[in-house]
Amino acid sequence: MKRRKDVYLDYAAGCPVDPRVIKAMRLCQGEGFGNSMSIHSWGRRANEAIEKSRGGIAGFIGAKSGEIIFTGSATESNNLALKGWQRSQPDKKHIIVSAIEHKCVLETAGYLGGQGYEVTYLKVNDEGLVDMGQLKREIRKDTLLVSVMHVNNEVGVIEEVEQVGRICRAKGVMFHCDAAQSFTKLNINVEKMKIDLLTLSSHKIYGPKGAGVLYVRQGLEKGLEPLLHGGGQERGLRSSTMNTAAVVGMARAAEIGIKEMVVEGKRLGRLKEKFVEKVLAEIPGVMVNGSREKSVVNSVNMSFDRVEGEAILLSLDAEGIKVSTGSACSSDDLKPSYVLRAMGYPVARAHGSIRFSWGRWTDEADMNYVVEVLTGVVKKLRRLSPIK
Amino acid sequence: MISYSKKVLDHLANPRNVGKIKGANGMGEVGNVVCGDVMRLYIRVKDAVIEEVSFETYGCAAAIATSSVITEMVKGKKIAEVLKMKNSDILKALDGLPPIKIHCSLLSVDALSEAIWDYLKKNKKKIPKGLKKRHERIMKLEKK
Repeated sequence: MKRRKDVYLDYAAGCPVDPRVIKAMRLCQGEGFGNSMSIHSWGRRANEAIEKSRGGIAGFIGAKSGEIIFTGSATESNNLALKGWQRSQPDKKHIIVSAIEHKCVLETAGYLGGQGYEVTYLKVNDEGLVDMGQLKREIRKDTLLVSVMHVNNEVGVIEEVEQVGRICRAKGVMFHCDAAQSFTKLNINVEKMKIDLLTLSSHKIYGPKGAGVLYVRQGLEKGLEPLLHGGGQERGLRSSTMNTAAVVGMARAAEIGIKEMVVEGKRLGRLKEKFVEKVLAEIPGVMVNGSREKSVVNSVNMSFDRVEGEAILLSLDAEGIKVSTGSACSSDDLKPSYVLRAMGYPVARAHGSIRFSWGRWTDEADMNYVVEVLTGVVKKLRRLSPIK
Repeated sequence: MISYSKKVLDHLANPRNVGKIKGANGMGEVGNVVCGDVMRLYIRVKDAVIEEVSFETYGCAAAIATSSVITEMVKGKKIAEVLKMKNSDILKALDGLPPIKIHCSLLSVDALSEAIWDYLKKNKKKIPKGLKKRHERIMKLEKK
């Protein structure tokens, strides 16, 4: 085997911060440290930096500056989007979420289920696509909102959010979309997609951890209750001293990501095509999980027959390669990936699943190294396996 | 968060005594694919001593490491001695396991007991009471 090298293939879990982002952040952490709520010049300087960032991000999603709320994470944005309506819309006690939403949407929906809400989970097919027919059937008079993600974090499947938006708008139901995995990878336009609430994340786009955005369509904010009460930042919807550096970093990361989206997208797509072809050619008993056509260019989820994912993950890690698995054995609750299960795959397929996700600093040599190591690892683990 | 000791990772990288051994006269299998672990231990017993031992395991790092280390621990030992082994001995040998992985150490002891039970049964030897009980308990588990 070749000399060991570090290859990070877990970009969907979190990206390294781009040096250009760090440069932008440094400016706010040094002389620009002021509290954006202070009226003096240093406070105003911080405030200006935040407002510039707000305007930038709004522009990238076809929104108005005033519709952007900065939060601490995509998890917080999703919580706010789902929980904040109890008082303003007390008669609407039904929410619809897809079965493959991120845990922070599913857990929030589950919490609301214990607060007198009824929750409907939308089924997905074996490609991971949400059932639009079911969505149409399930919307009722008391439906508060529908939450369907743009891109699934485990399998990278691109959901038909424009169609979801059309259906929801026609029925007068709010549409929340978690776009943490798609922002700067796919075009997002809240007008065109008829999105009322949109979640964005910073650390998935080469920004710092600890920053997120919730877009709230103008007019809806009046009915939205904050999770945090205090100094009234973000028009009262998210009190907390502004994390200026993180906000500026996220906006800079978005700017770079959008500018490079087309060219970088093509490069990542080529890496994917070659990687998938090579793995399928080199290793027998491999299945690609989820749609191959309707999926993002920077990740692939595959299952390896007769081997368990955590053993693959740690064996790869020993050779410097970092990936994720949907195996039960690697989760804290010993349950296999609910996403793969919702797609109708048997438990063993979920146990043997690995998510590879690459990005800005991955090149073809890295991918070739991964194919080579992976081939050896799977072969070795299959030799160990009593299931022949 | 699951965090493994260096010893566990070493057994994953360099598993000991892998595969089937020639002339095995006892085999024990526990676990199932749905749970994510299947463990198989092979033993060759001569004059009440485990002369040779090997394993085959489908499962996570903990499942592989516990089966690998147990083969090292029982090789050359008397059956009577080996039957006294507990899962705490396995844990000790691996410098511990994450709490949610402790069941893997139980699984390896069960696989070993089953292999010995299989050997004694096939060779029409007397099966100790404790081992018989263990076998019945494991069979019940397997049926679930």
